[in-house]
Amino acid sequence: MTAKMRSLREGLRVRGGSRLLIYAFLIAFAALYLMPVYVLVVTGMKSFAEVSLYRMWDLPSGLHLDSFKKAWFGGFGFEGISSNFLNSIYLTIPATIVSAMLGSINGYVLSKWKFRGSDLLFTLLLFGMFIPYQSILIPLVQVLYKMGIYGTIPGLIFVHVVYGIPICTLIFRNYYATVPTELIEAAKIDGATIFGIYFRVLFPLSLPGFVVVMIWQFTSIWNDFLFAVTIAQNPNIQPLTVGLNNLAGSYIVEWNVQMAGALMAALPTLLVYIFLGRYFMRGLLAGSLKG
Amino acid sequence: MRYLHWERITSILLILPSAIAIAIFVYGFIGFTGFVSLTKWNKLFPDFSLAGLRNYQGLLANPRFQIDMRNMVVFTVLFLLTSLAIGFLLAVLLDQHVKGENIFRSIFLFPMAISFIVTGIAWRWLLNPGSVEMGSTGVNLLFEKVGLNFLKTGWYTDPKIGIKAVAIAAVWQMSGYVMAMYLAGLRGIPEELREAARVDGANELQILYHVIVPLLRPITLGAVIVLGHIALKIYDLVVAMTGPGIGFSTDVPAYFMWDTTFQANRFAQGASIATILLVMVGILIVPYLTYSLRREAEV
Repeated sequence: MTAKMRSLREGLRVRGGSRLLIYAFLIAFAALYLMPVYVLVVTGMKSFAEVSLYRMWDLPSGLHLDSFKKAWFGGFGFEGISSNFLNSIYLTIPATIVSAMLGSINGYVLSKWKFRGSDLLFTLLLFGMFIPYQSILIPLVQVLYKMGIYGTIPGLIFVHVVYGIPICTLIFRNYYATVPTELIEAAKIDGATIFGIYFRVLFPLSLPGFVVVMIWQFTSIWNDFLFAVTIAQNPNIQPLTVGLNNLAGSYIVEWNVQMAGALMAALPTLLVYIFLGRYFMRGLLAGSLKG
Repeated sequence: MRYLHWERITSILLILPSAIAIAIFVYGFIGFTGFVSLTKWNKLFPDFSLAGLRNYQGLLANPRFQIDMRNMVVFTVLFLLTSLAIGFLLAVLLDQHVKGENIFRSIFLFPMAISFIVTGIAWRWLLNPGSVEMGSTGVNLLFEKVGLNFLKTGWYTDPKIGIKAVAIAAVWQMSGYVMAMYLAGLRGIPEELREAARVDGANELQILYHVIVPLLRPITLGAVIVLGHIALKIYDLVVAMTGPGIGFSTDVPAYFMWDTTFQANRFAQGASIATILLVMVGILIVPYLTYSLRREAEV
């Protein structure tokens, strides 16, 4: 019986030489996945004298930060990505916070205050998560222009908040569905109002939900390119993805500078992933409608 | 009337701003784009006189659009099958009580946290074939070093490969996601099922094929939906990695749409491409959405 208990979670039974094969496979794949990172890091650290496409895989002679400096501050005839980096921060942080608050309220109503047609409303909201944004870009540009926020960071924040509603609502709705209805009922009997229940019962339990939603929104807004390139034509407000793409598209920027820029652009979301990976996973799986 | 007390009204008022925003910015805008696709607005200033289906007819006869559609199909099929295969393989391997599972999982999944722009830049240089005169670069150089010269190709610079090279970068970015989904699914399969199959005399491969794969079917469906709609919309990766390529060999409809709308001011043509994209994503998504919500309602 104890042997059976131990075997409770053993997956398939693969032993002996086959186990070595499993590790060999995993290590080979890990090397494959890390290959682009290796090139990014190694190239970024090389001095300008030793940068050559034909010695791409060689290790650098030492730690040279020239490429990073040049990618960040710019050089002769091109702008660095430092201002784009700041723009991305001004854009991503407020948009993430507002998205999470909206999602929390929507999720609360759609899970605990269902009304006739609320499930249909939820489905209609969800569809907005999957649409190709190309199908809304033309009127979007015009409406933002009429609202006076086209080509501004507040305009981009607005866009990310609106199109973030579906995913944020989905994650919070699924999260609040796990909160026992008895808690809500008990609070109602105690005379709590709809706001009272939210602030005294649900909100204190919401931290994991907020973390998941905020990581999701932070990552997708930071990484967004389509909205950024369509709405932020003015170089002064361009977010990081657009700045980086300009850097990489310029013929006068050396490829090692491009690599260094790409690495710096990836760093914030990578750090979030490394330190909060568990919550990152939950957001990913929520994205496939499995709460 | 007694159900309509103030809290019911408040709850509806709370969700109203989001509902209105989505009604306008998703459904209203989709409707407007559909309308624009039927007009003659193919210059900078709006012209809303109707053109019927002429924009769509023009697209279907347009060589660039024909190539784009073919590229999109090739990209989607290749990207889906490879990501599913690699994701499944990695999940099954990681499910074998592997030491360092967390480290492996993190390595396979981290590309998900990176933007397509960064991925595109890295892979543009990795798949840069170099030249005959100057020597190989990137992956080709690596092949040369380990004596696998026959694997060297022109990657995205070869029009015959074109979009398939972009699919390699996309698989690198998204296969870890499939791995994570399958791994979560595998962890949900009770050991008793495997044990029962063993008692019946099945070997491990038979268990994998006859017990595990069928049980993971809902996850496969979910992964196909998520990856499929990403593949149909792919844009950023093409921008950063290759652009439209030689003879549009790496072009996709989403790229053509942006190009023709915001560079050439052919708004009606752009709206037609966008509408075609939307219909394709809709065919993929709508049945799945209704199916999974109906199933949720039954539970």
